[in-house]
Order: sequence, then structure tokens, then C-alpha cells
Amino acid sequence: MPPSEAAVAPEAEPLVVRRPLPHDSAPRHVTGAATYIDDIREPAGLVHLAPGYAPIARGRITALDLDAVRSAPGVVDVITAADLPGPNDISPKLIGDDPAITDGPVRFYGQVAFIVVATTRDAARRAAKRARFTTVAEPPVIDVDQASDHVLPDYSFVRGNAQTAIDRAGRRLEGSFRIGGQEHFYLEGQIAMAVPGEAGEMLVYSSTQHPSEVQHVVAHALNLPSSAVTVEIRRMGGGFGGKESQATQWAVLAAIAAWKTGRPAKFRLDRDDDMIMTGKRHDFRCDYSVGIDGEGVLSGVDVVFSARCGHSEDLSLGVVDRTMFHADNSYFYPECRVTARRLRTNTVSNTAFRGFGGPQGMLFAERMMDHIAYTLGRDPLDVRKANFYREGRDRTPFGQQVTDNILAELIGDLETRSDYRARREAIAAFNAGSRILKRGLALTPVKFGISFTLMPLNQAGALVHLYRDGSIHLNHGGTEMGQGLFTKVAMVVAEEFGVSADAVRITATSTDKVPNTSPTAASSGTDLNAMAAVAACGAIKDRLYDFIAEKWKVGRDKVAFREGQVFIGNQSMSLGALANEAYLNRVHLSAAGHYKTPVISWNRDKAEGRPFFYFAYGAACSEVLVDTMTGEMKVERVDVLHDVGKSLNPAIDIGQIEGGFVQGMGWLTTEELVWDKEGRLRTHAPSTYKIPAASDIPENFKVELYESAGNREATIWRSKAVGEPPLMLGISVFCAIVNAIASLRPGIMPALDAPATPEAIMRAVRATTAGEG
Amino acid sequence: MADLPEPLPVQSAAPEAAEASIIGLTLNGVTRVVPLDDPRVTLLDLLRERLGLSGAKKGCDRGQCGACTVLLDGRRVNACLVLAVTLDGAAVETIEGLGGGGALHPLQAAFVEHDALQCGFCTPGQIMSALGLLAEEGNDPDPERIRAGMSGNLCRCGAHPAIVAAIRAVIGAGDRSEMPE
Repeated sequence: MPPSEAAVAPEAEPLVVRRPLPHDSAPRHVTGAATYIDDIREPAGLVHLAPGYAPIARGRITALDLDAVRSAPGVVDVITAADLPGPNDISPKLIGDDPAITDGPVRFYGQVAFIVVATTRDAARRAAKRARFTTVAEPPVIDVDQASDHVLPDYSFVRGNAQTAIDRAGRRLEGSFRIGGQEHFYLEGQIAMAVPGEAGEMLVYSSTQHPSEVQHVVAHALNLPSSAVTVEIRRMGGGFGGKESQATQWAVLAAIAAWKTGRPAKFRLDRDDDMIMTGKRHDFRCDYSVGIDGEGVLSGVDVVFSARCGHSEDLSLGVVDRTMFHADNSYFYPECRVTARRLRTNTVSNTAFRGFGGPQGMLFAERMMDHIAYTLGRDPLDVRKANFYREGRDRTPFGQQVTDNILAELIGDLETRSDYRARREAIAAFNAGSRILKRGLALTPVKFGISFTLMPLNQAGALVHLYRDGSIHLNHGGTEMGQGLFTKVAMVVAEEFGVSADAVRITATSTDKVPNTSPTAASSGTDLNAMAAVAACGAIKDRLYDFIAEKWKVGRDKVAFREGQVFIGNQSMSLGALANEAYLNRVHLSAAGHYKTPVISWNRDKAEGRPFFYFAYGAACSEVLVDTMTGEMKVERVDVLHDVGKSLNPAIDIGQIEGGFVQGMGWLTTEELVWDKEGRLRTHAPSTYKIPAASDIPENFKVELYESAGNREATIWRSKAVGEPPLMLGISVFCAIVNAIASLRPGIMPALDAPATPEAIMRAVRATTAGEG
Repeated sequence: MADLPEPLPVQSAAPEAAEASIIGLTLNGVTRVVPLDDPRVTLLDLLRERLGLSGAKKGCDRGQCGACTVLLDGRRVNACLVLAVTLDGAAVETIEGLGGGGALHPLQAAFVEHDALQCGFCTPGQIMSALGLLAEEGNDPDPERIRAGMSGNLCRCGAHPAIVAAIRAVIGAGDRSEMPE
């Protein structure tokens, strides 16, 4: 049919992107109809898995009596290391340092020693308790202070001679403090379901941020080519980094059980087991010395981060490198040495967690600013401003130049919005008149580098089909864990074809649709996958333009996709009508798109290059009330100003910022991980590990987006990544607590470790009062 | 497997001591007769594994996260802490029973409107908990009481400000249709 009479739509503002559309799954989340892996209707003959582990943190299992396990009701099979068909290795890089099931050596409390396969999950868990272990235990290495073995060699960024610069400086400050780890506490725990197919094929539903890695490792473990394994994930009930590498083991074991029994197999970790057996945010001891002038401006910084990596390497290379990449946060270090030590301990292998090591580096930078300010008696915000990157003082310790320098403006804006100076005075007056209760205020910045520092990961693929009725099927390599990635990419595709967002069918991430994908991590999901989707849309549209030119003799500059219609010269037709017409003329209406981040480079051996495509910025101003008699703390007001470039979806972005702040606040206040001397995690349930609840969030919590012309780099619709950067806004709460404690005795830097639990606050209060910084 | 009781010294997965019992309950307004072969089955497992209602989620299975919140005789409970055998004659309302005729309940609509969710895993529990809270608190709960009253429902994504805003919006609108007595 010929196009109908209509005018070609003029160039106009986007109709779909930039709108605050709800999360695509919201209508199903609120009705309980959104399906997570444990909600998938179970296939006939499904078996369930439960893990068994030795009750020691270090040593050997010399005998393992599983007779009572095998004879327990409902047990179908028991799997040990000897039963594995292929390499016993679930390490991300397949370097052989992380077995799926130990074959004797025990390297942490909770290491899998065997797997029970039973007809019900309950039967599997009860049977696992019947194992009898004979072990030879050795004293475990739990803390970095005890550790001497390294999972990786030490690594440093060096510029000039930090110690000489510090020695020459007017004043030298030294300090040491602890930065705690963090349990992911994704509400949906680790889970996988493997379904065996014909000819050895395996379909694995895995709650993973990295389906391609699960596919790769499952194939390796089963001695299969990757093409025989398909990994699918529609959505996760939270990931936060905890399902980047550490979803793999459970998927591999489910696949092995399915392979061995020939039945579909589901492995869902119990919450306590999940907390005991999976890695967490790296915790650190941080030792530093700095040289400053009388105004608090840095001349030299020398810092050593000692990371508890746990029993294996996992992702500790990239994670701890990112601690180093953000050890400067927003401040210029004229001469510096930033060193990281990656220590092996008999604890779970620490892993990715939102921010990927960056928050720990940044906390050091802010701690150092506070140390300078309280020592000199200056306002911490003024010290921060004096050390900001600016033109001429704009090289990071790893050599990348900071070219945009928007932080001074953003901070100034928030300083005004939050009424910082007036509140500073009001708080000083309050504290002067209040002996026990003390208020604290802090305004801290965030500068976070965007791109994977492992260069090959900075690519993505997408698959788009246009059907004859005009409906659109979208698939890409990114995974949905609540961050709204699927919604954002669908909005971008809808914009390309000029249809509404709900006209784009969002589909589960699957390795048989888009192969060789990167993890959904490093805040990069939208930057990479939306660009790949645009490339796929562009390929289809190019073919349609050619078809239109041939059939109706109208050039592409006179064609527009808009409001569900395609405007062709002075006529229009529905997208479906055009798609059908194109099909009848044998036009290919499906395309795969690919994207790789331009410009970036990083040579780790030489520590040079431009690892980050751009920086995302933000700042938060937090006010707290501390009871110096009990250590109790309440956050009373928070103001946030955050830079997302030109937002693709302001509603989703604000949700990410609020949620990131809350998670960062939890990390630095109530979330405390405790291992005992035997290496047992004592905080393995929500009863003993406290994440923020609704009652911990202040009523006065204002989040605003920083207005700008958008990302200076050519990102998708000039937006900026938003997943991780806001987590570090929570540092303002920690610094506000320090500020409240510092009011007790001028001239002393409170020795507060993170997390600032009531106990930690009390220790710092007592030390400060006693004059011990 | 931490904190599981020692296994029972019996050979059957369904102990013979517990001869099958039958309970009758009202589930989302519909009377259901449910045979139980095991007295240890929780309400949560009954819903999820035997009745095909997967809206209530298993987050911790020990009454601490709130993801399995449902209404039992109009009051909110953690379904993982309730034994199904105790429910003869009880009325249970789950997320699947909310709304009706394709329309969302005002609370459900408010959660969508206010972006009161991210990963969504805690959302059914949040909504059922909010429903129970409104019944407990009457017409005018202050924001502090909403925050305190919702603090048993963990949300790791940090959607709390929006969750509280959604609940306040429903109160503010005064639209209490379909809410429990």
C-alpha cells in the first residue's frame, strides 16, 4: 500500500527518552506476577541441591563419611569432588584457585565439601547435616594483620617521590584506620536451575550478572563446548556485584547434578549459607602519611591499602585496582605513591560490590581531608575545595587528565541548596550548649571513573527484531537486577523506531541470543548495551531507508519514525504496514548490534593510559546527631546533588541515587561483619547483620539531579552512568559522624573506624576526649 | 544449613507420626481444602510450593526480612513463621488476591506511580505489609510511624523513601476502597 498523505514530522525533542517512565516490570512486581528463578514453574522430576561443608576454616578433610547422607529420606545422589566430570574450577579466569567442591584442603569456613541431591529442598538440607567429617585443623589466618601470603603481587601508582615531598612539606600527618566489608544481602539469594537437554546440551537459569561467564565455566566443568550451554536470566532480585562472579559456583553445581542425574536440578542457597559461603566487599586496613602546607593543601600522599581478599583471587585484581583509581577521589596529589597489597586469608573470597573497591579508596581520601581539617582547625569543606582538581592541577595518580572539572560548581551549588554555612554555625552553637548530644555536618564529593579497567569488557551486543505487525523484540547482553537497565534500553529503542516504550518487547538475557557478553557491572550497563541496541536499530533502519528509496523514491532525510508512524515524504504509514511491505519485498528485519567504548586505553604494567571514558560526579551533605554517652547515631537531614549527564529516565536515576546513598550509608554505619577466631562468620543472618530499614532513612532526604548540557563525551543521549557513583555519597554520613565527635576536642582527628557502629563511635569518643587522635 | 535442627531419626521424609491432616482455609476470599502430609510445612511453603502462589517471596526463611508478608485474619504475618497446620478456619490474603478485575489496588498503583521498587523482590511483601499497617494505624498515621511500621520489611535497593511516599499518598488520597476491615 502506498504511504498516506502526511507531512514529514519536523525535527523535535525526543518523545520517549528523558521521561520518568516507571520500571518496565513495575505492574508485575506490585501484583507478584514478576517471575524470579525460584518462581519458574518447576519441570517434572526436578531435584534440589544442598551444600555440605566442613566445620573448620583451614586444614584438611581426612575422612568424609557420607553413608548417613546417602541413606537419608529423599536423597537421590551425593556429589563429591571425585564425581566431577571436568576441571574442578569455578574461578572467573579459570586459573584453578577456586574449586567447586574441595577435594580435601579446607581454606575457609563454608567451603563446599559435598552436595546432596534430593527430591525436595528440605530433604536435601536435612540429609546434608548427617555427614561425618574427620579433619585436621590448622590455625586460620583471618585478619590482614595476620596475613603474609598474597593472592596477587603488590601494585603501585607512583608520581614523583611522595616521601621526599612529605618530608619537605610544612606539616606531616600520619594515620591508620579500618574500612569494613559489606554483605550484599540481595533479597533474592543465590539460585540456579539447570535443565538437561538432548545431545548433552544444558539450559541454565542463573541469577547472575554475568551469564557468559556462567556459560563458559559450566561448559568447562562439563567438558562441553560453550555452544552446548545456554544461560538465561530475566531478572535478579538484587545483585550489587554479588552475582558477578559468585553466582557461578551454584550454577555449575546445579548443572553437574543435572548432568549426573539426568534430571532438572535447582540449587537455591539458604540465607545463612549464602552469607557464610559467598564473598563480600573487601575490607581494608589503610595506612597513610601526607604532607601539607599551612592551608591544608597537599604536597605529597603516601598510602598503603591492605585488602582482605579471602582464600582466592576471584576479582581482587580489578576490585583493588579500583580502590587505587579512586584513592584520590576529587583531589590533586602533586607527588604520590598509592600502593595496594592483596592478602590471602582463610575467609570467603571477597568480590565485586557496587563501587568495586572504589568506595574504599574514596573513603581514605575523605578521611585524609578530615584529618587535615581537624588538625589545622579549618572547615573540612574548605580543605576539600583547596585540594580539588582544577586546570593545571588535573593529573590523577594514574596519569589520566581530569578535563571537565565541574565539581567546584556542583559543590558550590549544593553548598547553597543545603544552606551549609548557616547550618555550620547553628550546629556549633548547638554543640556548645549540649554536653551529651552532638551534631555533625559534612559535605563530601564523589568523582567516579566510568569504564571497565579491564579493557576487553568495554563492549556489548544487542539483538533487535522487527516483526511484520510492527512489534519489536529487544535483547541485549545486559542483565536486569532492579537498576532499570531493561527499561532504559527499551526507551532508547522505542525512540529509534518512533514508538512508545511499551511497544518494545523486553526479553530475558540469554547467551544464545547475544554471545560473549560482559558482566553487567561497572555502572556500564546502559552506556554499553543501549549503544549496541542503537546500532542494531540503525542496521534495520538502514535497510528500510534503502527499501523506501527504492520503492517510493524518497530519501532518508525525508523519512521519520515517529508516534508509531513512518513519515515518508508527504505520506505516512504505520510501522507495521512498512514492516510488512518490507517483508514482502524480502528485506531483512533483524539485526545484531555491537558497541565498543572509544578512546579508552590502559596499560597496567606501565600504569599509563586513559582508563576512564569520563567521570560521573556528585555530592552529598549530611547532618547527624550523635549521643556521645551511648554511641547512638541518627541521620537527620541529607541533601544530594548528583550528575547523571542528561538523564535517560529521571525517575529511575533518582531511585538509583537514593538507593546508592542508603546502601553506602549502611556500609559505613550499621553493617558490621564479624568473624571469630575460628574463622566462622558470626553475622550470617539479618538478625545479626543490620542493613538500613525504612526507619533509618531521614524524612528530610532531598535528591536532585545536577543540571548540565549533558555528558561531554558521546554517550547514549549524553547521559551518564548511575549505578555505582551514588553509593559513595554515603561517605558524607561517616564524615558527619566524625565531625560530631571532633566537636568534643578541637585539634584532634577522631580515630573512627568504619563501620561507625555505636561501639566504634564510643571508642572514637573516648579516644578523642582523651586527646588521642 | 546453619541453625537447622538436627535431623529427625526417622526414615520417611514425611514422618509417619504426622498422619495426613486436612485444613480448610479461606485464601484470597476462596475456600480451599488442603491436605497436608507434613506438619512442618510453613504457610510460605504451602503457598509457593503446593498452591502455586509465588508472589510471597522467600528472602530469609526465618522471619527477619519481610519478603513473605501476607495477611492472616487481617493482620500481617511473616508466612515463613506460620505453620500451615495451624490455619484451619483462617483467612489468608496474599498479593495475588489484591486488586481485582484487572485493576490495581490503590496501594499497588501508588507503588508504580512513586517508583517504590527496584529489583521488586521485596515488593509484594512491602505492599501486604503496608496494607496491614494501614489497618493497624487507622486513617492518619504520621510519617515516622510509617517508617517505623515498615521497618520489618527490608529493601536492599534502598527504595524506602519512595515506599513511604507511596503509602502516604494512599492515605492522603483517602482512597481506602478494598482495604481490609
